[in-house]
Amino acid sequence: MAALDELERAYEKAKRDPKFQRRLDELLKTYAGRPTPLFFARRLTQKLGGAKIYLKREDLLHTGAHKINNCLGQGLLVERMGKRRVIAETGAGQHGVATATVCALLGFECVVYMGTEDMRRQELNVFRMRLLGAEVRGVESGSRTLKDAINEAMRDWVTNVRTTHYLLGSVLGAHPYPTMVRDFHRVIGREARAQIMKAEGKLPTAVIACVGGGSNAIGAFYEFIKHKDVKLIGVEAGGRSEALGDHAARFRGGSPGVLQGTYSYVLQDEGGQIALTHSVSAGLDYPSIGPEHAALRDAGRADYVPASDAEALAATTLLARTEGIIPALESAHAVAEVVKRAPKMKKSDVVIVNVSGRGDKDIGILRENLELD
Amino acid sequence: MIQFVMPLTFHNKPALVAYVTCGDPDLATTREIVLAAIAAGADVVELGVPFSDPVADGPVIQRASERALQQRTTLGQVLKLASEIREHSQSAGLVVFSYLNPILRMGMEKFCKIARAAGVDGVLVTDLPVEEAGEYLSATQANDLAPIFLAAPTSPDDRLKRIAEASRGFVYAVSRTGVTGVRDRVAGDAEKLVRRLRKLTKLPVAVGFGVSTAEQFAQVGRFADAVVVGSAIVRMVEGNPKREAEAVMEFVKELLRNRA
Repeated sequence: MAALDELERAYEKAKRDPKFQRRLDELLKTYAGRPTPLFFARRLTQKLGGAKIYLKREDLLHTGAHKINNCLGQGLLVERMGKRRVIAETGAGQHGVATATVCALLGFECVVYMGTEDMRRQELNVFRMRLLGAEVRGVESGSRTLKDAINEAMRDWVTNVRTTHYLLGSVLGAHPYPTMVRDFHRVIGREARAQIMKAEGKLPTAVIACVGGGSNAIGAFYEFIKHKDVKLIGVEAGGRSEALGDHAARFRGGSPGVLQGTYSYVLQDEGGQIALTHSVSAGLDYPSIGPEHAALRDAGRADYVPASDAEALAATTLLARTEGIIPALESAHAVAEVVKRAPKMKKSDVVIVNVSGRGDKDIGILRENLELD
Repeated sequence: MIQFVMPLTFHNKPALVAYVTCGDPDLATTREIVLAAIAAGADVVELGVPFSDPVADGPVIQRASERALQQRTTLGQVLKLASEIREHSQSAGLVVFSYLNPILRMGMEKFCKIARAAGVDGVLVTDLPVEEAGEYLSATQANDLAPIFLAAPTSPDDRLKRIAEASRGFVYAVSRTGVTGVRDRVAGDAEKLVRRLRKLTKLPVAVGFGVSTAEQFAQVGRFADAVVVGSAIVRMVEGNPKREAEAVMEFVKELLRNRA
């Protein structure tokens, strides 16, 4: 608790310090590559025959996903707090890579916890982290995926709290993480709004994003929340089937519960034990969801729908061949939803799909699952 | 004899608080283990409820939890076990030690009612900080259960005060930053933390995390009212299949050999 209070105080202070924001903006621009483009997907729009589809290109950021927005923000906080050791959890490896990247940039020791099942299916990222100088520790317990990595990271933090910062990668965990991580990703929606106003002269009809922990989605949504006419759609991992253990659709099968310091919707059994989950995409494979998403859903402000493994895989191939963009499997869930939704919308409607990451890390899985002609 | 607000009574100085993971290897064996520990001199027993994600626990209790969950051990069964133990022992204190989610799933009120009826004296919820404990404090108070909180060496004074004020039964001072597990040396943070707590509460203070030998027990017992032994006992259970209760009885007697 003391560490959380310390972090909250450091964050509040940094927020009020214009030098902090200037330094962060500078790094986001010259190092990470912001602003990311908002791209009009002409061929995809034509093919689906409905709303105009714009792609927010977070996949073009340095390290290949939106994760670095948060890592740079927290990295600068670590500097201010005077700590020199950073730990992180990672699912697909993108957050691990972004953390290792920022630690190399700022000169911190870096340890990343990753489930051994995830290490197997996202080998490229494991190598990248090690090349960047991070120690990657495999976690063998439980489902050997993201939630187990978080358990191990939390154990490390609790033990080494005086010297170490836990760089949490999503809008999960105890306060101040959900708020702070969301704030570091707000730039996505802020840019997208200015960009769509310039391109179309109006706000979008809908914004679609995939939701694992929920960081890219809340970053894309936040700016639009107050504009009630903009529909916000989060896409969860529908996995293999609706049976508990076969998916990670928290709003379809979950109920309120506490996991890893957060009270939100959790996939669990009748005894309150946390359920195993499945998704073809490691980054969506998590039994709980960011509490702000739970609040938006309960308030009716955002809708959450599932996309299955098969739909996400099909969407990957479709986007690759229609627009020449290979999305991460996580982001492919958002693409799968626009494939279903756009045809039912008017041609004058405008949809923004957040492409949260690129698909290079998924080549192994894609090879296993797709039969390319 | 040290007496408190709630009927948790430490007969000895220092008292022994023994933790076991219920359902490891199975509930029937847990019952034998607990009764053996009480017969050997344990004053209070913490009945650990296995959880899928025991973030505050080291590998020993993690493994025990996994084994117990393979047996499909539930919170309901742990409460039933508590009532069985209570039939055999009226003097030992019984504390249910659980993460929050299984309790939330059962319902806070329902849990407290059943626990009280089963003869449980106190509850410790590992991941429920005092700041979020409003409903929990009402429910435990309404059902005569002692809410026990964890105090850490890193807790600042104002937080320690909140913890002390909300606690009943005893305060559990964690001896070091970290997770459960046996250590060669019980950290020096513990004595300082106990001193700080004594300024804030008249409740007995129990110190836990890392104790596994009679020497450590005696050392900690010089400044604490009670010593919690968890992973060391769970390790005994793990390492002595088919004679778990016997092994625990021997171990507890050995731990207490210096005690008057």
